[in-house]
Amino acid sequence: MPDQLLYAIEVTLNGLMAGVLYSLVALGFVLIFKASGIFNYAQGVMALFSAMTLVGIMDGQVPFSHLINAIFGTDIHHFGWHVPAIVAILLTAVVMTAFAWAVNQVIFKHLVNQEPIILFMATIGLAYFLEGFGDLMWGSDIKSLDVGLPQGGSFWIEENTAWLGGEGFYGFFIDQLDMVATVVAVILVAVLVAFSQYTKQGRALRAVADDHQAALSVGISLSYIWVLVWSIAGFVALVAGIMWGTKSGVQFSLSLIALKALPVLMLGGFTSIPGAIVGGLIVGVGEKLFEFLVGPMIGGATENWFAYVLALIFLVFRPQGLFGERIIERV
Amino acid sequence: MKLKLATLALGAVMAAAPALADLVIPSLSYRTGPYAPNGIPVADGFADYLTLLNERDGGIGGVPIRMIECETGYNTEKGVECYESTKGEGSLVYSPLSTGITYQLIPKASADGIPVHSMGYGRTSAANGKVFEWVFNHPATYWDGASIAIKHIMEQEGGDISGKKIALVYHNSAYGKEPIRTLEELAKKHGYELTLLPVDHPGQEQKSQWLQIRRERPDYVLMWGWGVMNQVAIQEAANIRFPMDHFIGVWWSGSENDTLPAGAGADGYKALALANPGTNYPLFDELKTYVYDKGLSAGAGDQHGYVLYNRGVYQAMLTTEAVRKAQEIHGVADITPAMMRDGLEALEITEERMAELGLPEFGPAFSLSCENHGGSGLAKIQQWDAGSKTWSVVTDWIASDRSIIDPLIAEDSQAYAAENGIEERCN
Repeated sequence: MPDQLLYAIEVTLNGLMAGVLYSLVALGFVLIFKASGIFNYAQGVMALFSAMTLVGIMDGQVPFSHLINAIFGTDIHHFGWHVPAIVAILLTAVVMTAFAWAVNQVIFKHLVNQEPIILFMATIGLAYFLEGFGDLMWGSDIKSLDVGLPQGGSFWIEENTAWLGGEGFYGFFIDQLDMVATVVAVILVAVLVAFSQYTKQGRALRAVADDHQAALSVGISLSYIWVLVWSIAGFVALVAGIMWGTKSGVQFSLSLIALKALPVLMLGGFTSIPGAIVGGLIVGVGEKLFEFLVGPMIGGATENWFAYVLALIFLVFRPQGLFGERIIERV
Repeated sequence: MKLKLATLALGAVMAAAPALADLVIPSLSYRTGPYAPNGIPVADGFADYLTLLNERDGGIGGVPIRMIECETGYNTEKGVECYESTKGEGSLVYSPLSTGITYQLIPKASADGIPVHSMGYGRTSAANGKVFEWVFNHPATYWDGASIAIKHIMEQEGGDISGKKIALVYHNSAYGKEPIRTLEELAKKHGYELTLLPVDHPGQEQKSQWLQIRRERPDYVLMWGWGVMNQVAIQEAANIRFPMDHFIGVWWSGSENDTLPAGAGADGYKALALANPGTNYPLFDELKTYVYDKGLSAGAGDQHGYVLYNRGVYQAMLTTEAVRKAQEIHGVADITPAMMRDGLEALEITEERMAELGLPEFGPAFSLSCENHGGSGLAKIQQWDAGSKTWSVVTDWIASDRSIIDPLIAEDSQAYAAENGIEERCN
């Protein structure tokens, strides 16, 4: 096979896996939008906050230590223990559940039946609050995150695919972290689908998503469902935060990964879990192949804008996204 | 009643009147936003040095320093707002800590008659004092940096890099594009092949760029990055098993923040250095006595000795030495921005002076003049040791290739002068 074709395949494979990482972020948006009609602007910051909390718990960092030290003149930073990754992940999930409860109690409980734009504005406020709160709680320095996930290209794949091409082909490069992310995303989606199809809470969640007034009339607690769905979105944000945080360290920029999820949502639809996955894959492959084939001719750095162009093209022909529910309003 | 009115009037006058006899030095910092992890140590180092002078010496020449910190968030518009809101305080010199903000402040500060010092960033051709009367970018510019990196590569390759492939991974912004022209000119001179790989803000996803590097196998990769772009690039380089000692970043891509997240994978990565890392200098003993131990550290006080903290200290040292020089030239302690500009132009940093200040061999010895606002154009190469989690300087000061840099500076600055109707000075 010609080397150039092999490299195009390599770019496609890497695009697919980058797409999975985008999907992980998009999933959180979809879950909340589907259940409550809220476009959660704070989803990216939730990924950041959950990853900061995870690192803080793992390293035994004292929360709000800078504030405590400034007020009381103390010099405490660490508890002096290290928590195993799996325990820290579970504790972080608990924190994200508490966060979901607090968000519902303090904000959304009071905004039921408000216009979507009001709810959206509330999430903008929430995002900025959470950014500052996270900084105050855990500090704004860059934190290394190591939960034991492998990183770097797979030697095995490289060595066993090098024979496919000529001297200019070095075997396929596949990042081990991307492979792990793909497996985790598949498991996550399977669990989410099973949860929504086969559990009482899942059915209640779907009922609220379909028609929350009808759901209320049969005794489903809207408040409970919103806490549940924000908790799940918080857990999805944690998974996304772990994957992205392992790549770049946990830092403020993690909140900007939400920008990567927007074209995925435009493409896949705001209400479909499979849409988030397929949308992510299309965006991932599309932007990487465009950069590979066209980028060098026009100066490169095409990925950020091309993802949006791709999403806009889909939007023109299918405004609800590939898998979104068609909006039909009858007079 | 009269007494009350008189007291109120006096209070109002006191509140309205500007504080007299202090040296106002603004600090345009960014402690929030995506670039905060880098902005914080620079701002802390800058503030701690000024605090030391106030605590130990009562300021400079007996006049206390009043630092005004203004948060820019590394955002150009906010940076300009900071400038506008603080210039009326009697600010002596601005260090914008951002190339974007610097570009915006150059015409404003020039019109207002306030010096701008963009230390190792900003508009490179501002090194030409004949055109840029109010702008300084000593001790080295981006074009110096590009040339120094190429010189180091030549040294590694036995003096000949013809036919070698060198890639530049850069932040797709005014800052990241600064070295391109110089690298292209140097490619013509030395015969290497240059590949340009832009990375869009913020740089969280760079798979395409590093797959291209893996395909094209450049002999060396240079990086002009900032923020998360640096950490991701170093991690991606480690992922494709690129030899890290052939990967060289500019001085804004060479701090602990950039290398620590990649763990052992970052071992051997190199970066340019404007000043030395570490706390092994007498000045840090003084800082401990007069600042740290008194609880006066800026920020959380957890950045001491890090590369970017030391850059802040260095920036403050160069600023305050220029203040001292201005006081000396004009024979007054409470100087004006115009006097500060004179102090900057007459700045002379010698080995002896750095030793007196407790920073022996910390930075290069250099002097400025009416014509030269860019300093010596010297930098060192430092290398990351992932085991000890420290940077070590691995070369002596390396000088840039003036035969390439000077004509480029002259060409760019003259074009700016023509565009803006500026007559050359220093004749």
